[in-house]
Amino acid sequence: MNRIDLTFQTLRDKKKKAFLAFITAGDPSLKATEELVLAFERSGVDIVELGVPFSDPLADGPTIQASSQRALNNKVSLEKIIRTVENIRKRSNIPIVLMTYYNPVFSLGEERFVRQAKQAGVDGVIIPDLPPEEAAQLIRVAKKADFRTIFFISPTTTSQRMKTIVKASTGFIYYVSLTGVTGSRSKLPSDIVHQIKKAKRLTKQPICIGFGISNPTQVKELSRISDGVIVGSAIVKAIVKNQGKANLVRNVESFVRSLTAQR
Amino acid sequence: MTYPDKKGHFGEFGGRFVPETLIALLDELERNFYALQSDKKFQKEFKDYLAEYAGRPTRLYFAKRLSQQLKTLNVYLKREDLLHTGAHKINNTIGQILVARRMGKTRIIAETGAGQHGVATATVCALFGLTCEVYMGAEDVERQSLNVMRMRLLGAKVIPVTSGSQTLKDAMNEAIRDWVTNVRNTFYIIGSVAGPHPYPLMVREFQAVIGREARNQFLSKEKKLPDYLLACVGGGSNAMGLFHAFYNDRSVKMIGVEAAGLGLNSDQHSAALAAGTVGVLHGSKSKLLQDADGQVKMAHSIAAGLDYPGVGPEHSYYKKTGRARYVSVSDAGALRGLKLLSQTEGIIPALETAHAISYLEKLAREVKKKSSVIVCLSGRGDKDVASLKGIL
Repeated sequence: MNRIDLTFQTLRDKKKKAFLAFITAGDPSLKATEELVLAFERSGVDIVELGVPFSDPLADGPTIQASSQRALNNKVSLEKIIRTVENIRKRSNIPIVLMTYYNPVFSLGEERFVRQAKQAGVDGVIIPDLPPEEAAQLIRVAKKADFRTIFFISPTTTSQRMKTIVKASTGFIYYVSLTGVTGSRSKLPSDIVHQIKKAKRLTKQPICIGFGISNPTQVKELSRISDGVIVGSAIVKAIVKNQGKANLVRNVESFVRSLTAQR
Repeated sequence: MTYPDKKGHFGEFGGRFVPETLIALLDELERNFYALQSDKKFQKEFKDYLAEYAGRPTRLYFAKRLSQQLKTLNVYLKREDLLHTGAHKINNTIGQILVARRMGKTRIIAETGAGQHGVATATVCALFGLTCEVYMGAEDVERQSLNVMRMRLLGAKVIPVTSGSQTLKDAMNEAIRDWVTNVRNTFYIIGSVAGPHPYPLMVREFQAVIGREARNQFLSKEKKLPDYLLACVGGGSNAMGLFHAFYNDRSVKMIGVEAAGLGLNSDQHSAALAAGTVGVLHGSKSKLLQDADGQVKMAHSIAAGLDYPGVGPEHSYYKKTGRARYVSVSDAGALRGLKLLSQTEGIIPALETAHAISYLEKLAREVKKKSSVIVCLSGRGDKDVASLKGIL
């Protein structure tokens, strides 16, 4: 069974919600990424999203843009990240999905990407600039490889489109909390409940909320109305704050613990 | 078959590669655009603004002294530089702002490289009283300061973009981020035949007036079709505007001129069609300057309006099918073209356009017999004069 499905099943049995942590792979280094993923597992994270840095991250706010640029300065690439997951797999069984813009995947070739990623122990992929209408080839090769393709529902998604997205999505569905780019927000829109209810009527798949979530209170509130919450920029910020410090991993770990405790 | 298809594909190119948040809006835009295509009232309104406000039709001018100097070519200049605001960009911004109004959008954003599209957008926003914010790479804000002043005078807010290469590509990233955030009230006026479907189609349709006019004008002057069409290509809107009406005229050869910057081997150029590979940037699949990992490379050109690592998807399609040929001219070549037209005809072209002018010298040597060519004189050069101090 795919690690993502297994995780959600276990959580459901325990009546618990998922916590998903995002970091950019290779910021500050791929070695640090390995250690951070292990630390996340220790601190109760259920699924890890590894961001693949891209030169033109148009769905990202300043925090992840800067993080992405630092990783690129470290010469991090999609293939190197896949090899990093291979290393992580020697020490951990935590579900890992890659979050990447489409061009690096297209450049590597969808078939080759899915094969290499799957072999290394990656469980699925999230591509913010690839709507299901353009994803036929990826969906086809992913299905054959038991590799999950996670698509988005947003506040502007119509009921008609939700059907298409729900059909294309495997593993879980990513609900974007707001119209906008990634990054911490103090206030989140009130239409989240409504959109998630609509989507829930169409699917039994888990729906996780991401974008803008940065503090324990938000994690607590949004866990209640969804199957999981995703935090990215706030964790990346914690990494930046501790950059160069010997106890980087430990400090980030304790921040993540403050979030996972709330779900 | 007419392109693009229903999903906005030109063969393998084009499409819609954007965050989910924008899809509903693009669907709505597509519906509105198709409906307005056959809406007589809308078409009349568009035509009236082009005529009364922008100054259409533009002249198709026979460049006699330039032709004499080139010997083997009769050169006709399609004078888009004489339009209001000094470039072809106004054709498209008038079209798009009329669509935006029909859709009830109250806020306009745009990206700009050379500043011509920014000025054209700020102009129509002033004309219709809509809020306007223009994203412009910090480097371009520097080298096109005259256009920055014009936009500000027109009441637009110019936002310098300091990320990445600080040029057109990064301005477009930032505009898309704004768009995703303010999607409900904001209309994004894209300046080229680029971006997600239906933009490449919509911009082409609004610019196609260039070729329709030129074709009629040439036919009535010369009683035949021209042998060549020539235009510079950054994103490619003036070239597509000229080419489109001639698509089925198989005897007419089309040439797009990209910016070779410091040379195609230098890694300092903007020739996506000549030296790029297929990739996805800013919402569509097309030729793209990128490295082996799929990271987009920085482009370079002396002309800010060509300084872009991608190109409109329909041009990739034209290249692949052989309908048009794409060549490139270096920074130095563009400066030669600039002087050539200025000193033979008393017309100072934009640096972007100067790339096309410069290629005339090469074409003149290539042709076997006396040939006629229409060049899209896409913009005037006043904006560049200040930045050329010390170069010329």
